[in-house]
Amino acid sequence: MNWLLAIVQTLLFVALAPLLSGWLKWCKCHLQNRKAPSLLQPYRDLMKLIRKQPVVAEHASWIFTRSPYIIFSAMVLAASVVPLIAVDLPTAASADVIVLVGFFAFARFFLALAGLDIGTAFGGMGSSREMTISSLAEPAMLMAVFTLTMTASTTNLSLAIAHVLNEGLVLRPSFVFAMFALILVAIAETGRVPVDNPTTHLELTMIHEAMILEYSGRHLALIEWASQLKLMLYGVLIANIFWPWGIAQNFSIHALGYGLLAISGKLAALAVFLSISETLVAKMRLFRVQEYLSFAYLLGLLGMLSHIILEASR
Amino acid sequence: MNIEQQDFYTQAILSMAALVGLTSFLMLGQGRLLRLIFVFALQGLLLTLTTTLAAYSLNSPHLYISAMMTLILKVIFIPWMLRRQVVLMNMHRDVEALKNNTAVMLGGAGLMVFSYYVLHPIVQTSSAIMLNALAVSLSVVLLGMLLMISHRQAVAHVVGFMSIENGLFFAAIVATKGMPMVVELGVAFDVLVAAVLFGIFFFHIRTSIDSLDVDRMNRLHEVDQ
Repeated sequence: MNWLLAIVQTLLFVALAPLLSGWLKWCKCHLQNRKAPSLLQPYRDLMKLIRKQPVVAEHASWIFTRSPYIIFSAMVLAASVVPLIAVDLPTAASADVIVLVGFFAFARFFLALAGLDIGTAFGGMGSSREMTISSLAEPAMLMAVFTLTMTASTTNLSLAIAHVLNEGLVLRPSFVFAMFALILVAIAETGRVPVDNPTTHLELTMIHEAMILEYSGRHLALIEWASQLKLMLYGVLIANIFWPWGIAQNFSIHALGYGLLAISGKLAALAVFLSISETLVAKMRLFRVQEYLSFAYLLGLLGMLSHIILEASR
Repeated sequence: MNIEQQDFYTQAILSMAALVGLTSFLMLGQGRLLRLIFVFALQGLLLTLTTTLAAYSLNSPHLYISAMMTLILKVIFIPWMLRRQVVLMNMHRDVEALKNNTAVMLGGAGLMVFSYYVLHPIVQTSSAIMLNALAVSLSVVLLGMLLMISHRQAVAHVVGFMSIENGLFFAAIVATKGMPMVVELGVAFDVLVAAVLFGIFFFHIRTSIDSLDVDRMNRLHEVDQ
């Protein structure tokens, strides 16, 4: 029963990810006075891409054709670890936050390899930029995650969320910092506006798009889906770690339904905030990303320090 | 004693302490003078809120008066005065190139750890969890000094000096339930006088070396090196 629930939760993750990015696009369009596409547009795009025949370059090696499957499955595995509507699921017990960061790194590694594999200038440029950004973003993310794990004295995400939940409403200075650090890292890692623009194909600015420029057909569909999953994963992480209220702690239908409702509401609200910030903020120069991410690292570090200085028992 | 066993006011004051620490870091990495002054005003506002909260939770009404003075002096008057001088001297468009910004930031984090290490024995002997914030206030003092060392503009030095005073004021609130009124009035008056004197100094430095960059004061050596 529990395993079934875990599988259903993972499937829900995979199924709802395009909806989240559709909702994000919808909010953004309305904020920018444009006509919004339907909320289901990402599903239609994915269906169209899956039906099309992929075109693979002549010199592509096996890495290029296998990468989309590897990236997508790494993201699905990552989704199985993160509690979406219920804590204490068996899959969540099998891996902790550091494994989750590892899944992200694994997917990114193959994406960068695929970008290099084809041998075009854009692919290599995109890969090098992606690795530069992620090498700075990963320490910041780990710092924010360590703040959580030190508070809950466990690296298991499910147990940590249950710990935060059981404590009730505590005003923790360290969590404020860790949350902002995680939000900054999430924006950088999912390629949203101040760092990368997901809608542009302008060669000077693109990072994520440059790596996947040569993909088409179902390969492209899988990569797009994986990046939508990544966005949703970060959203769920932020929502469930810092506002875990509403998540199901037992497996009754009532609690699960309430959990689903709560996480949908939280993700929808987060997407509204993201679209507002994307409308207000301009994309920054590539060489300023380093400052942005070192600020995220500083916030993570301050979160850790304020946990030790202000909160720890003595 | 853990934070989750504390009442809401203590948690709020500790959060404010963390935010005051954050503003110190923000000032440290800020190259634009107007933004530096804005963050300084923000720190003053956080201090005001902390003092008000402390006045409410400790039930000591005279802290309201010192909160009021902080609001008037450190949030409104001094930032306004500094801002006016920066605009008058036409420096608001300059971006100061900070040398070794990352190293300075890491040094700041090191200073925070150091002040925790120094104050650990003192905090250990007390039962009040508010004393935890003492380490933050010491690090605000040290970060203010670091700000004065790392920046070259005289205006930034004044902001650093004032933020040292902010740190001391914060320490006074969390450690002693507020100093006697006479002391607080005296300190506030001193800060006011210092602010006015700095204004006059700016003017004199500006007329003698035609800039507020204190590195250029090295040229005033009598002996050529």
